Amino acid sequence: MLHEATRQLVGVAILASADTALAGPLIADLAVIGYAPIAVSLADVPDATAAAAVLLVAPSGSATEAVRFSQAVRRSGRFARTPIVWVVREEEVELLRTYEELYDDFVEVPYTRTGLEARLRQVRRRAGQGDSEVLQRGTLTLNLSTYQASVAGRSLDLTFMEYQLLRFLATHPRRVYTREAILRQVWGYDYYGGIRTVDVHVRRLRAKLGQHAYLIETVRSVGYRFVEEPTAAM
Amino acid sequence: MAAGERGAPFVLQAAEEHRIRFVRLWFTDVLGYLKSFAIPAEELPEALAEGVSFDGSSIDGFARVQEADMVARPDPTTFELLPWAPEDRRVARMFCDIYTPDGEPFAGDPRFVLRRALARAADLGFSFYVGPEIEFFLFKDAKTPEPLDEGSYFDLTPLDVGSDFRRRVITYLEALGIPVKDSHHEVAASQHEVDLRHADALTIADSVMTFRLVVKEVAQELGVYATFMPKPIQGAWGSGLHLHLSLFEGERNAFFDPTDEHYLSKTARSFMAGLLRHAREITAVTNQWVNSYKRLVPGFEAPVYVCWGIRNRSALVRVPLTKPGKESACRIEYRAPDPACNPYLAFAVILGAGLRGVENEYPLPLEASDDIYRMTDIERWGAGIEQLPESLPEAIAAMRGSGLVREVLGEHVFDWFLANKVAEWDEYKAYVTAFELQRYLPRL
Repeated sequence: MLHEATRQLVGVAILASADTALAGPLIADLAVIGYAPIAVSLADVPDATAAAAVLLVAPSGSATEAVRFSQAVRRSGRFARTPIVWVVREEEVELLRTYEELYDDFVEVPYTRTGLEARLRQVRRRAGQGDSEVLQRGTLTLNLSTYQASVAGRSLDLTFMEYQLLRFLATHPRRVYTREAILRQVWGYDYYGGIRTVDVHVRRLRAKLGQHAYLIETVRSVGYRFVEEPTAAM
Repeated sequence: MAAGERGAPFVLQAAEEHRIRFVRLWFTDVLGYLKSFAIPAEELPEALAEGVSFDGSSIDGFARVQEADMVARPDPTTFELLPWAPEDRRVARMFCDIYTPDGEPFAGDPRFVLRRALARAADLGFSFYVGPEIEFFLFKDAKTPEPLDEGSYFDLTPLDVGSDFRRRVITYLEALGIPVKDSHHEVAASQHEVDLRHADALTIADSVMTFRLVVKEVAQELGVYATFMPKPIQGAWGSGLHLHLSLFEGERNAFFDPTDEHYLSKTARSFMAGLLRHAREITAVTNQWVNSYKRLVPGFEAPVYVCWGIRNRSALVRVPLTKPGKESACRIEYRAPDPACNPYLAFAVILGAGLRGVENEYPLPLEASDDIYRMTDIERWGAGIEQLPESLPEAIAAMRGSGLVREVLGEHVFDWFLANKVAEWDEYKAYVTAFELQRYLPRL
């Protein structure tokens, strides 16, 4: 629904590969579908300090190293909740049969970006990540899969459109949006209600946010933006 | 609608989170009665995906005999918990759009009639906003219009009932996402007014339907009776539904012109002119009952003559001067409708009449002077001032000849509505009233 520039970050994707011809475009595609890609070599098991959403391994050109890398990752226990996805060229498909226990899913090259996105979402959901898509902005917490919203630990009872509006603004903090832009992005093009609808929903949202109403700031004669802290003007 | 389609997973999550057992699906018949049926929460996924089939043959204004099957499709953007249901048995509601089994919007669905009217306005670049002032009476019961303020029933706490009543109404409305602007005791004994914040016309039509239910609900809780009957007490003020109207063109209030002496744009003037020129034709819809016309009489600030004015509270179209020069507050007020109308159909014909004026650039007549009520009929006729229909049959006749109303309502609703109103009048005209018995029996 949202165009690419406004897509929200899904998580870190680590790509372990020795195949630069494959790694370059793959990293670009991962970024487009919302991941923060990190490229690593197949030599060592990376630190899992920043919890990665997904670990991709491309065996092409160095199958032995890729197998050894995957085995080391499994043994290390560092990526217990991170699914491993193998990215294989046609000539490596046979490896899939031999090393079934070393990957959670696979993507065949050539892949499509949409297919890759869907596959990664699937595998993350199976790994139990789907339920924890949480957006945290200051005191505000939005659970993107259960539609729950809370501010400073107090749960907010929002309608669908109130939730959608809050989510849209919170996804792009500090950025100012005109009412027109908000209406288009949140309500869609075929909505006849007009831009005052945005004001109506902002007012309701603020009432529900109570003392945290400052989260949605009016930018005079422009529109609205999301801020994490009250600003001096309020 | 795009937003609606995305709403289904939200509704399913919310239903689970609040442990909702039943969801009430609401829609409105042609006369403006709220219809409701409940489905258990387990049936929600299917209901959201495909709608719920029901037999429309018993709904006023819906079925022609051969097409009784209807599909109600819930609108997820209207999902709200009913605040009066007990905590352990939570109930939610959604408004529905009605479709035929072939998947076409049903022509007899008032919500569709308004949607279609709003789509036409959107084609011209306008969105339509409405802010309603809703009046109603509280009585002891549904049998006699006995005011609580004066009667003996609530002598112990005469003031408390009214204010407690309004407080509870406002609490429920806010919980249902309907913001209240103001509420107060009205002129007549036991009469109250609640003003809702303006919003787009479809939202407000839904809100008026919700409002009427909330008021009836609170009345029941407090052991009193609430009525939206336009004129329940002879000789006292009636209940109106004053509508504050504005058109927006993108970010801009299309009614506002900072250079005009009344801050009214050309669009506002021709919209008002359209309302005035077609006022008689749309009155059957905005004032649809025999009783509606007992309110539209001189002496109670209800409009009688087709005219406009700045402060004149008896004018049909008033231009409120609350915050002169403030763009967002610029609006006009249409004062004829009563709270027993079907808000979807009323908003649709009002918008249609106004837009007809805008499209054809109708010139706005001169502002009416204050002494319009003191003029003779001949003087008013000379000044070109029409009178609103004095009775239901007069309104029916004006509507029957209206191409505008036929177009806005569509053939199905137009024909059914006229037939229904003719039948209502036929029943009434044979009725011997208390007036006749009082006046004629002793003398004739």
